[in-house]
Amino acid sequence: MRDLTINIHHVTRVEGHGNIKVNIKNGVIEELNLEIVESPRFFEAMLRGRRWDEAAHITSRICGICAVGHTTTSLRATEAAFGLEPSEQTVLLRKLIFNGEMMQSHILHFYFLVAPDFFGMGSVIPLASSHPAVVQRALRLKKLANDVCAVVGGRHIHPISMVVNGFTRIPKPSELREMRQHLVDAWPDLQATVDLFSTLSIPDFERQTEYVSLTNTKEYAFYDGVIASGDGGTIPVSGYKDKIKESVVPHSTAKHASATRESYMVGALSRVNNNYEQLLPKAKEAARALGLKVPCYNPFMISIAQLVETIHCLEDSINIIDSLLSKGLKEEDTRVQIRAGTGVGACEVPRGTLYHEYTFDEQGLITAANLIIPTAQNVANIERDFRSIVPTLLDRPKEEIALTLEMLVRAYDPCISCSVHLLNVEFV
Amino acid sequence: MKPKIGIFDFSGCEGCQLTVLSLEDELLDLLGAVEIVNFREAMTERSDDYAIAFVEGTITREGEVERLKGIRERAKILVALGSCAAIGGINCLKNFHNLEEVRHIVYGDKADYFETFAARPLKAVVPVDYAIYGCPIPKQEFLEVAKALLLAKKPNIPNYAVCVECKLAENICVFDKGMTCLGPVTRAGCRAICPTYGNKCEGCRGLVDQPNINSHKEVLRERGLTVEEVLAQFRMFGGCLEGIK
Ligand code: SF4
Ligand code: SF4
Ligand code: SF4
Repeated sequence: MRDLTINIHHVTRVEGHGNIKVNIKNGVIEELNLEIVESPRFFEAMLRGRRWDEAAHITSRICGICAVGHTTTSLRATEAAFGLEPSEQTVLLRKLIFNGEMMQSHILHFYFLVAPDFFGMGSVIPLASSHPAVVQRALRLKKLANDVCAVVGGRHIHPISMVVNGFTRIPKPSELREMRQHLVDAWPDLQATVDLFSTLSIPDFERQTEYVSLTNTKEYAFYDGVIASGDGGTIPVSGYKDKIKESVVPHSTAKHASATRESYMVGALSRVNNNYEQLLPKAKEAARALGLKVPCYNPFMISIAQLVETIHCLEDSINIIDSLLSKGLKEEDTRVQIRAGTGVGACEVPRGTLYHEYTFDEQGLITAANLIIPTAQNVANIERDFRSIVPTLLDRPKEEIALTLEMLVRAYDPCISCSVHLLNVEFV
Repeated sequence: MKPKIGIFDFSGCEGCQLTVLSLEDELLDLLGAVEIVNFREAMTERSDDYAIAFVEGTITREGEVERLKGIRERAKILVALGSCAAIGGINCLKNFHNLEEVRHIVYGDKADYFETFAARPLKAVVPVDYAIYGCPIPKQEFLEVAKALLLAKKPNIPNYAVCVECKLAENICVFDKGMTCLGPVTRAGCRAICPTYGNKCEGCRGLVDQPNINSHKEVLRERGLTVEEVLAQFRMFGGCLEGIK
């Protein structure tokens, strides 16, 4: 029987700081932890006393990667509290910038953070000389996604023009037409990406868990929907606290989320599992080419699900632009009536369901805030995966076990800087 | 030999590092000119041998002080990357709350597990050679500073107000749209991107060196803001700056 200790300090190619700790004595697991050691930033407390129209710009700074996601969710929470229904144009523009961020985050993840593992490299940098065409394609696609965000919001990281009840600047039709052309021109790059990823050998590992995501009868849910579980049933977003139990785990600095089972998964794979039928045609075609069949229980397939979603988002972006152009774009009055109350917003951001909840007083100042971030929902599930995969690897060299665990953590695309509250996780 | 560069992070949103990764058009050239030896967000290899350290994020707990000092010792040049690092940025909002209370609001009765201290910019802990401002940093500014440092020149960091760039961009002043703006006292360099996109300047780049804060506070008060509201505006990103604390 084997003794094994692995100590990976600050897992690389993830957003934020996390450690993996494995301690096995005589073949028995004594310790198998994903510790999140990011410094707490205390956004929920920092929001107290700030104005209603600052919440989105403050919470955007939780995470540079999902800045649009935090901004959108924040705006929706404020709008829910004030009882506002933004215009159709606002919703379409938000969905467009949301698609831009989804593509940018997913491309960054599967090309820059995940792909080097499959080429046996420590980063994308050596790939630039060994596989220049791959890296140039990755950069072109990432730039396209960034540009979608910039056209709508001014910039991707901390978008400027997205405000409660609308936009401070509406894109010009000429900008949208130009963007549409760039999107159409990107199909060959995406096809080449599908070809590349269908050749990678994804580790063969399955563990069934509870898959949670928003769902929506009208479309593949990102911006709007009700909370759905792969175990059955839906509940409205405003009832999120009935579904998700958040707790602070002793000897861990993590707020730890659970639903029906001990742990659950959010993110691209949960969404594809729950909402496969609503993917647009090209995305379904890619899923078939990539061997992604639902329900899929292999967490290493998250990256593949992200690629399928990227294709969906590109197709959807073209449709949205067509719809905006045919309806005609106009300046809108974004003024709002402030009122005291509480509102919840939830969106499917790249890594899963994000919740913001604010309570405002009569002046529109925030008196309480609660934020639940996708990675915080996934950590318990990652740790359950560890427990299930490690016993199958015990006869392998230590380096291989360590790499597999790192790849598993990376597959979830954890955004540790985002786990706001934040979160030192230690599961004992 | 190519100069070795390290990119490091403390408390922040990683948006400034991501801006570096988002230099899609220039990244390959940049990689040709320098050797990146430490960049946790993007690579697995790590080395302690670097000449220039770009450091993102605010210092928010005791344990981070030692790590920053180590980076300072090893690097010849230390550049604060973004407003969190340069001026404390958004993280300083925390400093206006009782820290005990802050921990309890977020973690309840488990608050004792989480150490924290008042957020502070890098220069409150170690000497900083240069700063790139912005939340996030503008891509162009990063490239300009990186180029200057590679040529062993002093980077040119603007010390005039955002209004100057805003007028160059021919924007309608947001004051004329009934909003208020911190542009008149905020350090330029972002090409006034927020007013260009129809929003106000929130002062993310911190103050120009000799800001006339008092007269600007007066302007804001004339627009009907209370003293509290004026201070709150300055504190969004500037809570660690002298005169605003
Ligand atoms: S300065 Fe802004 S963009 Fe940069 S790390 Fe800090 S919060 Fe993020
Ligand atoms: S909008 Fe702001 S930055 Fe521009 S001129 Fe007016 S006050 Fe200055
Ligand atoms: S306009 Fe003001 S808030 Fe916007 S990027 Fe420039 S300095 Fe920052």
